[in-house]
Amino acid sequence: MNQKQELEVRRAADRIRLRVLEHTVSQNGGYLSQACSSADLFATLYMRVLKLAKLDKPLMPKKFKAVPGPKQKAVTGARFNGNGSPDCDSFILSPAQYALVLYAALIETGRMDARAMKEYNKDGSSVEMIGAEHSPGMEVTTGSLGQGISQAAGIAFARKVRGDKGRVVVMLSDGECQSGEFWEAVQAASYHDLGNLICFVDVNGFQCDGKMTTVMNLEPFDDRLRAFGARVFRIDGHDVQEIERIAKMRPSKKPTFVLCDTDPTRGLPFLKERYPKFHYVRFLDPKDRERYRGYYEKLAAKGDLTATAAIEAEKAAAEKAAAHAAGKEA
Amino acid sequence: MEILKKVHSRNIVKWAKNKKDVYVLSADLTSSVEADLFRDTYPDRFLSMGIAEQNMLAFAGGMAREGLTPFVHTFAVFIYRRAFDQIAMSVAYPNLPVKMVGFLPGVLTPGGATHQAIEDVAVMRALPNMTILETGDATEVESVLDVAYKVKGPVYIRMLRGEIPRLFDPAEPMQFGKARVLNEEKKPDFVLVSSGICTEEGMRARLALADHGVKITHYHISTLKPFDHPEIMEAIANSKYGCITFENHSIIGGLGSIVAECMAEAGPGKKLYRIGLKDTFVHGASKAYLMKEYGIDAMSMIALVEGVTGKEYGIEEHDLAETYTPAIHSDAKAEAL
Repeated sequence: MNQKQELEVRRAADRIRLRVLEHTVSQNGGYLSQACSSADLFATLYMRVLKLAKLDKPLMPKKFKAVPGPKQKAVTGARFNGNGSPDCDSFILSPAQYALVLYAALIETGRMDARAMKEYNKDGSSVEMIGAEHSPGMEVTTGSLGQGISQAAGIAFARKVRGDKGRVVVMLSDGECQSGEFWEAVQAASYHDLGNLICFVDVNGFQCDGKMTTVMNLEPFDDRLRAFGARVFRIDGHDVQEIERIAKMRPSKKPTFVLCDTDPTRGLPFLKERYPKFHYVRFLDPKDRERYRGYYEKLAAKGDLTATAAIEAEKAAAEKAAAHAAGKEA
Repeated sequence: MEILKKVHSRNIVKWAKNKKDVYVLSADLTSSVEADLFRDTYPDRFLSMGIAEQNMLAFAGGMAREGLTPFVHTFAVFIYRRAFDQIAMSVAYPNLPVKMVGFLPGVLTPGGATHQAIEDVAVMRALPNMTILETGDATEVESVLDVAYKVKGPVYIRMLRGEIPRLFDPAEPMQFGKARVLNEEKKPDFVLVSSGICTEEGMRARLALADHGVKITHYHISTLKPFDHPEIMEAIANSKYGCITFENHSIIGGLGSIVAECMAEAGPGKKLYRIGLKDTFVHGASKAYLMKEYGIDAMSMIALVEGVTGKEYGIEEHDLAETYTPAIHSDAKAEAL
C-alpha cells in the first residue's frame, strides 16, 4: 500500500480506538486494551486484506430472533463479511471478547451503521457483548476460548475440498493459545495441509489474570508453532504495511500463523496506569470515569492517536513535492 | 439366533457410496470402531484426527457448517467426556448435522471405568438440539445411519460392534421416534421398556416369566431423545404393577429417568422400577460378568419381578433362552477392548 493508503488504514485504526474509548466511558466499562492492541490488525484486515462482499451501504444489524433449533435456522453475521460466497474469505473471530473491537472496525470501514453501537449489550439485540454467531461480523460461536481455530480448520477443510477461492482468516488472541485444543487444531491443520487457513494472533502479552508470563508462559510461541508444522511469521502488530505484505504472500501447503506483537496501551498511553490488569476497563469511581472522558474529548478533538507520524510524513512528502514542482516552475 | 460380525464396517461402506457429503473422522481407533474398511475404500473422505477429541468435534462442526456431514467415530466415552464443551458450542448450539458414533456403551468393554460410557445418555440428553439413538441388534446397526442422516441436527449414537445378534427382521429397520412392540398383552402385569443390549436380556426374562403366567408388554426403544410415547404411558396405566425400565446405563439420566419424567407428566398412576447401573462406576471385566455383577441381566429382572409380585418362580439361569456370549478375544475385534 502506498503512503496515502497507509494513512487511511492507520486513521481508521485510531478511530476504532477512539470509538471503543468513547463506548467504554459512556457504558462505564469495556474491552479497551483489546482495541489498543488489535485496531491496526482489524483495520488492515478489513481495508486491505479480506475479500469481502460488496455492500451498497453500511448494514444495520437485525434484532436477535431466536437460538438455533428445529424451527429456527441458524443465522450468522457473515453478511457483514464475505456472506459465504466461494470467492470471499471467511472471517473467524476467535476471542469473542473482541467483539466490541470488531463492531468498531465494521463501522469505521463502512460495513456497519454506526447506530448499531447503541445496541451493544442491550436486551434483544444481536450486537452482544461476547459476540456469538448471530452477531455482526461473526460467523461461528467462539466465546469458549480455543474452539474458534478448530471450527475454522473444519471450515477450511470443507472449502478446500470444494475448491473455493476464498480463504479462512482467523483472528486469535494469545491467551487462548494456552489451551490444549488450540495445539490440537494446529497439528491437525498442519497434518491435513490446510494452506487456505491464515491465523493472525494478537500477541499483547496480557490475559484476564494479568501479564501472561505470570499466568502461564507461551513463549517461544513462534518456535512452538513451527515445531507443530505451521508456517510462522512474527511481526510488529502495529505495522500495517507488514500485516498486509504477509497476508498477501503466496500461501504455502501449510497453515500460516502471523504473530502480531502488540502493545495493549497503544494510542492510549494513559492506560499504562492499569498495569498489569488490562483485560477489562471498569471505572471504580465517577472521578476516574470523568478523567477518561476528558482524555476522550481531547483525543477526539485532535482526531488521531498513532497516525501522527504518518500524517507528518505525508505532510513532509507533500511539501517536498510542492517544492519540487515549484523548483521546476522556476 | 443369527450372529453377525463387523456389521457396521461393511454397512457404512455400502451406505455411504453415493453420499459424497459423508466423511468419517476418527481419533486413533479406526479399526476398533470398524471404520477401517471405509478408510481403505474412500481415503479422501476419511480424516484421521489423532487422539485429540476436542479439536475433532469442533472441526466437525466447521465441516458441517460448510455442507459436509461428518460421522465422528470413537469410543462413546471419548466423545462426550472429553469434548463436551466443543459438542455444546461448536455442534449443538448451531444445530449442525454432526453425527457422533459412540462405541462400547455401558458395560460392553472390559476396559474399565476409563472406557465405559455409563452416563452418556444423561449428559447428552441435557443438550438442546441433540438427538440420541441406540442400537440393539444387527438390523439396527444397519439402519441407524439412515435415521441419523435424515435428522437435520446433531445426533449421538450408542453403537454396537464386533459380533452382534440379529433380534429384529431386516425388513423392519430402525425408525425415528418409533418404539418396537416386542410383545403386547391386553392386561399386562408389567410394561417392560428396554434399550440396547438389555432388550435381549429383557426378551429372555419375559419368555421365562411368561411360562409362569406373568404377562409383560415389551417395548424396545432406539430413539432415546426425542421421546414421545403416549401409547407406552397408556399401557403402563393399564398394567397391574407398573413399568420396568432396563438399560445398559446409569439409572440416573438414562432411559429410566426419561420414562420417569414422562410418567410424572402423564400420570398413569403406577410405579416405576429401574434396572440399570445403580449410581455406580463399573470396573474392567467381561460383559456377562458385569451384567450379572451389577444387576443388569435377565436374572436380575426376574428377581425384581419376584420381589414385586411376592412370588418365587424358581427360574434358573439354564432355563433361559440361549444367549450369545462373544469371546473377549475374537477376530471380529481389533483388540480385546
